[in-house]
Amino acid sequence: MTSTDTAGAGAPAPAGALVADPVLDIRGLSVDYGFDANPTHVLRDVSLSLGRGEVLGLAGESGCGKSTLAYAATRLLPPPGLITGGEVWFTGRDGRREDVLAMTDARLRQSRWQDTAIVFQGAMNSLNPVFRVGRQIVDGIFAHRPKWSKAQATERAAELFEMVGIAPDRLRSYPHQLSGGMRQRVMIAMALALEPQVLIMDEPTTALDVVMQRQIVEQIAELRDRLGFSVIFITHDVSLLIEIADRIAIMYAGEIVEQGPAQELYRRPRHPYTKGLLSSFPPLRGPKTELAGIPGAPPDLSNPPAGCRFAARCPHALGRCQAVEPELGPTAVPGDATARRVACHLHDGAQPVPLELALTR
Amino acid sequence: MTHPNPAAPPETAPVLQAIQLQKHFSHRGRGVVHAVDDVDLVLRHGEVVALVGESGSGKSTIARLLAQLMPATGGELRLHGEDARVRSRRAFRRYVARVQLIFQDPFGSLNPVHTVRYLLTRAVRIHHGRLRGQALEAELQGLLERVHLTPPERYLDKFPHELSGGQRQRVAIARALAADPEVLLADEPISMLDVSIRLGILNLLKDLRDRLRLAILYITHDIASARYFADRTLVMYAGRIVETGDSESVTQDPLHPYTQLLVRSAPNPDDLADRARGARGEAPSLVNPPAGCRFNPRCPFATELCRTELPPFAEVGEGRTVACWGYSDRVDRPVLGDVGEAYGERPTIEVPHLAEEPDEPVQPSGAAAEASVAYGPSAEEGVR
Repeated sequence: MTSTDTAGAGAPAPAGALVADPVLDIRGLSVDYGFDANPTHVLRDVSLSLGRGEVLGLAGESGCGKSTLAYAATRLLPPPGLITGGEVWFTGRDGRREDVLAMTDARLRQSRWQDTAIVFQGAMNSLNPVFRVGRQIVDGIFAHRPKWSKAQATERAAELFEMVGIAPDRLRSYPHQLSGGMRQRVMIAMALALEPQVLIMDEPTTALDVVMQRQIVEQIAELRDRLGFSVIFITHDVSLLIEIADRIAIMYAGEIVEQGPAQELYRRPRHPYTKGLLSSFPPLRGPKTELAGIPGAPPDLSNPPAGCRFAARCPHALGRCQAVEPELGPTAVPGDATARRVACHLHDGAQPVPLELALTR
Repeated sequence: MTHPNPAAPPETAPVLQAIQLQKHFSHRGRGVVHAVDDVDLVLRHGEVVALVGESGSGKSTIARLLAQLMPATGGELRLHGEDARVRSRRAFRRYVARVQLIFQDPFGSLNPVHTVRYLLTRAVRIHHGRLRGQALEAELQGLLERVHLTPPERYLDKFPHELSGGQRQRVAIARALAADPEVLLADEPISMLDVSIRLGILNLLKDLRDRLRLAILYITHDIASARYFADRTLVMYAGRIVETGDSESVTQDPLHPYTQLLVRSAPNPDDLADRARGARGEAPSLVNPPAGCRFNPRCPFATELCRTELPPFAEVGEGRTVACWGYSDRVDRPVLGDVGEAYGERPTIEVPHLAEEPDEPVQPSGAAAEASVAYGPSAEEGVR
């Protein structure tokens, strides 16, 4: 792969500028689906870093590679997914650095749950229906703490339940006896059992209604403040991300097209796709306006268009957008935070940036 | 009707009307699920009514009752003022020609082994007899054009898997339109679609409302899209309607504590301070719904009255009703406040730290020692 070199040389620079103390540093990660001669490139040379104690939001439409990125970075990607290049550097609290993709199986097994834990999409289906939820947590603890006594592990599980606001007597419930919100909390409790440093949450609130979503999000924020872990929060709901995330990365068709601090990105989007995504959610407050969403549909990744993948849906597309692929780089708007990156030809300085993508306040 | 809601201009007569609609499911000898109780609902030509509520509140049950896919256990259903309950297959056919349902999942509602042409032809033939040749072709093209799938020839011979989610949902809508219905019941039509194409579908339905004067029931859990799309909004909680009114006032000035909680819980990036915090509790079991107001176990203002007596609908201004004792003139009524502050701060969480004990020889020994200093006293020393 050619991109590994450029990633090694190019990616750390923006990463270094964006995050001072990365706990997870993804560099030039590429993923293909399919083992035949013509695999689908679902992730192409994605670099992203997660700062210590930071909540990083990952947003985009379904099929744009958000979950693939999370699973590839933890080596949980099931076949036919295949990691074809890149590095994922994990830095422990003690400063130990390891490439997750190069770990031995035994080491990986130790590191999972202990260093990085995942709350999977659809908590409804991630719990085993035939075991009591307490047993499932205790099993996870025993896998990493074989010397613990049963009482000790159960006590820890009870602590965790209290932490996420479930009465400890619920440890003896089966998953079907709990509501959706409670099952989601059980998953969060489970993920936090060994105090991981990185918590990846894949659409943790999508199946819940807004009131429960608000409760869960509040709880995650509070636990993060107290336990000091970092979060990668994956969702398609950008408006929710703006509230919970410190920084947001927007993905489109397997690439990161824009990243920056949450509020900046919301108020002053620089990529036409970000702009379109933000105006795809009708506002609950403020003036009522006619909205259009984004015309068209995401490209077929097994046969991606040349040049910028968003060009066919982009209202500002230039001639070279169909031919040359843009790279993630600084924006062309003076006064932008140095932490902002955008992959768009409009920001290469050759022409003025359209007004709606160049707001400065 | 005593408490339904004549919010829309009175000059348009109701097309489809539900009065005191009720659906109870028996729960295999373990009681009865009170899925829908006392629902009054009026759909008029050229008007979109949104039904908003969380999952399990009975929204989809109402859609199925209105489509008569299952019988109600109580109440009346009227189409143009006449009793519309079907008792035979033929009556059902006549009814569905006027009231069509669109499902949430366009991936499941279109048969994957048939082309768009076949799917639409079936619907056209069922409702308009045996059209053939040019007449049929013109009808099919007209249907696809109405849902903005142009040019129609490009889509007619595709299979559902060759279409994107948004295109599939448009085909599902075209199939519903084949019957030339007066009422469209849309059960979460956009929640399975990609965010960028959701608005396209809503705008299409808006357009159909205006051009074909359809009466549309829009069922959703997203109150923001109800504000965007619907003329009137009904809010449901645990099988009962708790608030009705025009969408703008229901979302901007919610009166029922549940609606307030719903509105204040929605993400609002512009004002991070203005949101309900510390809400607790969950929707009640519908097998044994709480006595009185069904929201009372979660309501921060609930009093003894709320726990014992069912609140009636109170008229609270132009076309707005709310089922809450707080708006009654009873002396023992609860005093409502700001739901944003009413829950107070969430009790602080005790965060017990995990006793540091690394997996076998993983970490360098210095790290463990350092970590246990950094993360509080370790309790496991004695155990070990």
